[in-house]
Amino acid sequence: MTTLTLTYPGGSAHDAHDHHDQAGTVKLGFWLYLMSDCVLFSGLFATFAVMSKAFAGGPTPATLFDLPYVAIETGLLLLSSLASGVAMVAAYKRMKGATLAWFAITALLGLGFLGMEINEFAHMIAEGAGPQRSGFLSAFFTLVGTHGLHVTAGLIWMAVLMSQVALRGLTETTMRRLVCLSLFWHFLDIIWIGVFSFVYIMGFSA
Amino acid sequence: MSAGASHAEGHGLRPYVIGFLLAVLLTAVPFCAAMTHAAADGALVALVMGAAVVQIIVHLVFFLHLDNTTDRWTLSALLFTLLILAIVVAGSLWVMYNLNHNMMPMPMEG
Repeated sequence: MTTLTLTYPGGSAHDAHDHHDQAGTVKLGFWLYLMSDCVLFSGLFATFAVMSKAFAGGPTPATLFDLPYVAIETGLLLLSSLASGVAMVAAYKRMKGATLAWFAITALLGLGFLGMEINEFAHMIAEGAGPQRSGFLSAFFTLVGTHGLHVTAGLIWMAVLMSQVALRGLTETTMRRLVCLSLFWHFLDIIWIGVFSFVYIMGFSA
Repeated sequence: MSAGASHAEGHGLRPYVIGFLLAVLLTAVPFCAAMTHAAADGALVALVMGAAVVQIIVHLVFFLHLDNTTDRWTLSALLFTLLILAIVVAGSLWVMYNLNHNMMPMPMEG
């Protein structure tokens, strides 16, 4: 912490005349949070990898997973990532209406993804393939569910920030928050690459 | 300055569109290969892992805008995280594989 403060003197909240350094420090701090979140997911991925064959006589990925369904989920999240990028382009151009519209599209696509995931979970649990069935399913629900919770948190955050932008406009503060939100949203898509590759495709094909 | 938009005024649409198209390609290929059973098991694993790694790099470059102007703290945090990730994932698999392997010939315990 000391080193960071020394290297980024602008990080001090009192240093009002050096906004760019402050924004840079906030972004670096948020990046460090994302990296620690990445470490959290690495633990969940490792658990899943170890548990991926622990079926306990229960259902296997080949019978549980529907790859075309997962492909559509993946498409929704990727489109949502693109939409948040377009929203940021609009935000940098200080186009408030377009920023809000594109974030609304981002949120709708994210909601679509989340709805599909909840639907998938509900079907699995209804079929008796809930998290208590086997080590594989416990690890599956923990990993995919944690990602889903992150998406949920991102959607709530997006709703809050959209109302801030609507009320206060694209100020320096709301811009800084939007930059962090868009980093978070893209980061969730990166985690999802790991999920669809290692959990769904490799599980299905193994 | 740091992670994300390294230039204060942000980026145009271009990187997002290029990144999106590459991501679609890198997603479609492993899904199609798995659904059509086009590749042998070993080849499929290599294909899926390769496509995932390349797509993660595509996302980092085109969506998160990591490039050679990104500051050192951001990059070193990323590299350190990748190191931890490799240790956690590879280490867990290694330890558990050895554990399973060593337990295998033993008689079952009550």
